[in-house]
Amino acid sequence: MAVAAIRQRNLFAAVMLFGIYSLLLAALFVTMDAVDVAFTEAAVGAGIATILMLATLAITSARQKESKKRALVPLLAAIATGLVLAYGTSDLPRFADPQAPAQRHVAPRYLTESAEEIGIPNVVTSVLASYRGYDTLGEVTVIFTAGIGVLVLIGRTRRRRSDDGE
Amino acid sequence: MLADLFAHYNYWVVIALIMLGMYVVMANPNLVKKIIGLNIFQTAVFILYISMGELEGGTAPILSDAFTVYANPLPHVLILTAIVVGVATTALALALAVRIHRAYQTVEEDEIDAQDARDEALQ
Amino acid sequence: MRHHIIVRISTRILVPFILLFALYVQFHGDFGPGGGFQAGVIFGAGCILYGLVFGVDALMGVAPMAVVRSIAAGGVLLYALVGVAGLLAGGNYLDYGVLGATPVAGQHLGIMLIELGVGMTVAAVVISLFYGFTNR
Repeated sequence: MAVAAIRQRNLFAAVMLFGIYSLLLAALFVTMDAVDVAFTEAAVGAGIATILMLATLAITSARQKESKKRALVPLLAAIATGLVLAYGTSDLPRFADPQAPAQRHVAPRYLTESAEEIGIPNVVTSVLASYRGYDTLGEVTVIFTAGIGVLVLIGRTRRRRSDDGE
Repeated sequence: MLADLFAHYNYWVVIALIMLGMYVVMANPNLVKKIIGLNIFQTAVFILYISMGELEGGTAPILSDAFTVYANPLPHVLILTAIVVGVATTALALALAVRIHRAYQTVEEDEIDAQDARDEALQ
Repeated sequence: MRHHIIVRISTRILVPFILLFALYVQFHGDFGPGGGFQAGVIFGAGCILYGLVFGVDALMGVAPMAVVRSIAAGGVLLYALVGVAGLLAGGNYLDYGVLGATPVAGQHLGIMLIELGVGMTVAAVVISLFYGFTNR
């Protein structure tokens, strides 16, 4: 699905395929027991990102022009990166291994203590809002800054265009 | 070694998507396609973390009396933040693309370079 | 879009349910998947649907730019103020245990308030992104 999205010349079709890819990804997250993440990915990827890309396409053009240059160096760089990553992952724990280091450090404490210290069933919310509350504060600030950034970049154009005409 | 290959199959998916995303960002001259490639790269990283948090026989990390083994909630939290920050970045990138289109009337990288070269030659 | 009567009528029926579902996700984030971010995105998407079908001017009549901006800032402020309230009540910054009668009650109150702040900011930013991209 990702390959199909990229090979499309018609950008509108590429964005639609990207939306389907996001939805498939959300389903994949559900099979990996990440329900909150799947919820967010479905809402954000298939919803907001697709809408914003379509809005951008409505402002710019909807077709991609023919490309004239050869793409050899990026292809070699991508393949080299893939090989290095493959070498690096040979030491990582296998999929869903209960003895992996990621499962033993702090996660069991969150799972067991969350019931007594916070008392809400959804552990992801308790970790997000209480144990790691600072990170969530930073995240909200990032979202807010992005909103302001977009408004500064492409807000109020009518007034600016009339100023340029003077 | 072959058994290792199959046990690591989630990492192969991640690596393939990372290579795809990188290639698109570097090679494709259209800005919107680059942004799509960047998003694919981001989703590959999400898959990496979520698959590392998965536990054999586990279930979603919502406490209930019927289950004892839960998937690791910490990667879920990190990726939740990452997804939302990712959409913020995508929104800003698309706003930049719109702004560039307003200034250059195109979003193809080679045409933008050509216009810049012409402006510099004129100065 | 104004002339497609099926889209108009079904949107008119669906948008209240979408907004209600967003509120449900917001407040049930403690018991099931959900929470502030998902709720904010769904609320914003519902408003964008309304704006797409009935025109951006109709949406601006309901949610003018100044109100949306204030809600976005207000969400972040609410979050930070909950942290300061923890400071004033004697604990650390963003320590919810001291906000209620018992630590658990304080945690519940603190989590509900900050999820509300997060949801407000995310919904408002999504709507303002839509406004920005449609050039108002």
